Amino acid sequence: MDNKIAAVKMRNITKTFGTVVANDRVWLDIYKGEILALLGENGSGKTTLMNMLSGIYFPDEGQIFIDDKEVVIRSPKDAYRYGIGMIHQHFKLVDVLTATENIVLGLKEKGRLNLEAARKKVREICDAYGFDVDPDQKIYDMSVSQKQTVEIVKALYRGADILILDEPTAVLTPQETQKLFAVLRNMRDDGKAIVIITHKMHEVEELSDRVAVLRRGHFVGDMVTANTNAQEMTNMMVGHPVVLNIDRPQPVDPKPRIEVKGLTVRSEDGIIKLEDVSFTARSGEILGIAGISGCGQKELLEAIAGLQPTEGGSICYINDDGSREELLGKDPLKIADMGVTLSFVPEDRLGMGLVGSMDLTDNMMLRSFRKGRSIFANRRAPKAVAEKVVKDLEVNPPSVSTPVRRLSGGNVQKVLVGREISLAPTVLLTAYAVRGLDINSSYTIYDLINQQKKDGVAVIYVGEDLDVLLELSDRILVLCGGKVSGIVDGPGATKEQVGLMMTKLGGGSDE
Amino acid sequence: MNKQPLFHISKRKALKWYQSWTIRGVAIILALLLCAVVTTAMTGENPLEVYKSIWEGAFGTLRKTWILMQNIAILLCVSLAVTPAFKMRFWNIGGEGQVLVGGLATAACMILLGDKLPGWLLIVIMTLAAIVAGGIWGAIPAIFKAKWKTNETLFTLMMNYVAIQLVAFFVIVWEVPKGAGKIGIINQTTEAGWLPVIGGQKYLLNILIVAILTVAMYVYLKYSKHGYEISVVGESERTARYVGIKVDKVIIRTMILSGALCGVAGLLLVGGTDHTITTTSANGRGFTAVLVSWLAKFNPIVMILTSFLLEFLGRGASEISTTFGLNHAFGDILTGIILFFIIGSEFFITYQVHFRRAARKEAENV
Repeated sequence: MDNKIAAVKMRNITKTFGTVVANDRVWLDIYKGEILALLGENGSGKTTLMNMLSGIYFPDEGQIFIDDKEVVIRSPKDAYRYGIGMIHQHFKLVDVLTATENIVLGLKEKGRLNLEAARKKVREICDAYGFDVDPDQKIYDMSVSQKQTVEIVKALYRGADILILDEPTAVLTPQETQKLFAVLRNMRDDGKAIVIITHKMHEVEELSDRVAVLRRGHFVGDMVTANTNAQEMTNMMVGHPVVLNIDRPQPVDPKPRIEVKGLTVRSEDGIIKLEDVSFTARSGEILGIAGISGCGQKELLEAIAGLQPTEGGSICYINDDGSREELLGKDPLKIADMGVTLSFVPEDRLGMGLVGSMDLTDNMMLRSFRKGRSIFANRRAPKAVAEKVVKDLEVNPPSVSTPVRRLSGGNVQKVLVGREISLAPTVLLTAYAVRGLDINSSYTIYDLINQQKKDGVAVIYVGEDLDVLLELSDRILVLCGGKVSGIVDGPGATKEQVGLMMTKLGGGSDE
Repeated sequence: MNKQPLFHISKRKALKWYQSWTIRGVAIILALLLCAVVTTAMTGENPLEVYKSIWEGAFGTLRKTWILMQNIAILLCVSLAVTPAFKMRFWNIGGEGQVLVGGLATAACMILLGDKLPGWLLIVIMTLAAIVAGGIWGAIPAIFKAKWKTNETLFTLMMNYVAIQLVAFFVIVWEVPKGAGKIGIINQTTEAGWLPVIGGQKYLLNILIVAILTVAMYVYLKYSKHGYEISVVGESERTARYVGIKVDKVIIRTMILSGALCGVAGLLLVGGTDHTITTTSANGRGFTAVLVSWLAKFNPIVMILTSFLLEFLGRGASEISTTFGLNHAFGDILTGIILFFIIGSEFFITYQVHFRRAARKEAENV
């Protein structure tokens, strides 16, 4: 660790929200020419800490030194002045402008706006680090990965020497991730300081030079990545040893449960979202769905759940005795009335799956409140369910009268999955079930899903982390631009194979 | 370190009930102090005398107290009516029109059927007519919102003017005597269709009805399945669809209820107290009700307090304008100051303000 120059020193940083201490006297050094991975469970204060560096929050206490000079960062503009740029999970770009226009937007330079000079400077940055950006392309024509690149170039254009990336790979394909890592390494070699927040252990091991671990707002320690391993880092994050592998029990007596044929869906603006999709999901089996985000995964699940108007095709539910029932064109209430118990864990947890301002009991009631003939809602049964979910899934804080909005991401998801599983479903649809969840919560969710599989439920699992999809799924259906690119068996499938299928129909095997 | 921001604001954790009421109490005291300063500076009157006169305007005599209670009851009734719509995030500012059509339906029954039916039957028909008329007035914007996503705020607002014009039209049709431009007291001799006087108090029946409605609305919103559906639709339509709630149906059903209750307020006004109808019978209550409902955070029980507060200030304001010979606008200034403080106190209940000096002191202590 010698002869490294600290770009940033954070000393005794404390930030509280109400009575919640998000950061408690954190010390953190960020060095030039190094990629630092910031690790921690949900709610451990990683994003809060970085937001204080980028001027979004203001620390209650503590000092920040940039190049050994104490500074006060009051706004993102201050942060840029000190050379700090942050790439957030949600991009802040104007769709109808070009890459260059977005990059210079908000800069107050003297004289007239010289787009030609700006374009030239953008090109120089791109050439220097190997970015693949067309300065004149409009944002709405860009893929997610290109938009992210624009955000990074924007930060560099403003002279950022310290770059913070908050879960940058969550929206990327494996190939795009590799490209991102390559430019990050180039930037490191150029002497920039890079901080990356991520939950994916294999990325930490692959990319970072050093890891720093936060736990419940405290700085636990840092170490050189080469001297540690995923198991040790996880234990440090969680505070106690954790077993890190995902089971894949043999499917029990798989029988066709949901048969989708020729499903076609158009969005409200008439864009084809799904085209001629056909597959069968079997009981006692996990069918993984892979694809770049926005390739029709959401529409597929919502069509099965009866929430998405469809244009053609059929979705058949097959009972144990072999009789078939059409689900297409029925709303969730009708599907339930048919006696089909279909559970759905949607992507948008608080906007769709749960009501943020209501407490656990009332959220459990969402599925069951119609029961009985009384005009009054029975809260006793849902309360019992809520108490059981809190106990079985270790929801924290263990109170059934907390509004779910106040819970952390992992606990929100436990509540949602817990409720859906409590219905004793025959089909379980999950969309990005572990997005934004820390390792501990993620493994809880994998276990729950596997338990459902053992109970003979047909599970359809839409995921974004290919490593997990490959470990968990019995079969993987790959979507590409709304079409089925192929279905592969989970055991034996490789990341490269699936990654190629995600970007090219059939994985380019015809070439 | 002088470059730190002067103060910054953060969200509080939920306060205990007595803490939040302390903040509200302090707000009212500060408001009264400011009002006193304003009064002395602008009019030279003794502020204590002014406050006394506000109090007497509301509670000065037994009769004044009864009138205050009656006014609270009607305002509360309209506020109860708009509350389920608000909980559903349906901004019904058409309470005014819904009250008027309810009153118009009541007046129509009294005028047209007054001599032809036995008293009890007439009152039953009046009640039904008021409920149906208000319900229709509420249902129209709801249907448009549910089917074609029209903006309910604008729609309900415009329905007010339609209602006012309707009343203006029928006032001319039924005017007594011809050319007077007003209806006058309906059935003054027979008292047909007048709601019965109980306990010797003219306003007691209205007050009791609204008291029952308040409890019923509280139970409906908090414990019934409908109330639960309203909350879910209000919080997130997508969640509602996801669990199979028919959002369109809930919107229309709730607005029929909202309009129907406004209709009841119209019935109580026309059949119970005024025994006549004019274009200003609703007297802005449809709008004041919005304030009552919001201030109480849509809790019907708390709405008793907030409607009391608004009526009390209103009665007091007119009293000081007569007692001290001041312009009526002066009373409104005082009312405005007090409301400003009360609404402003909600900010301090939700947020906490940290000042620079305090933050530094804390830092030194560590």
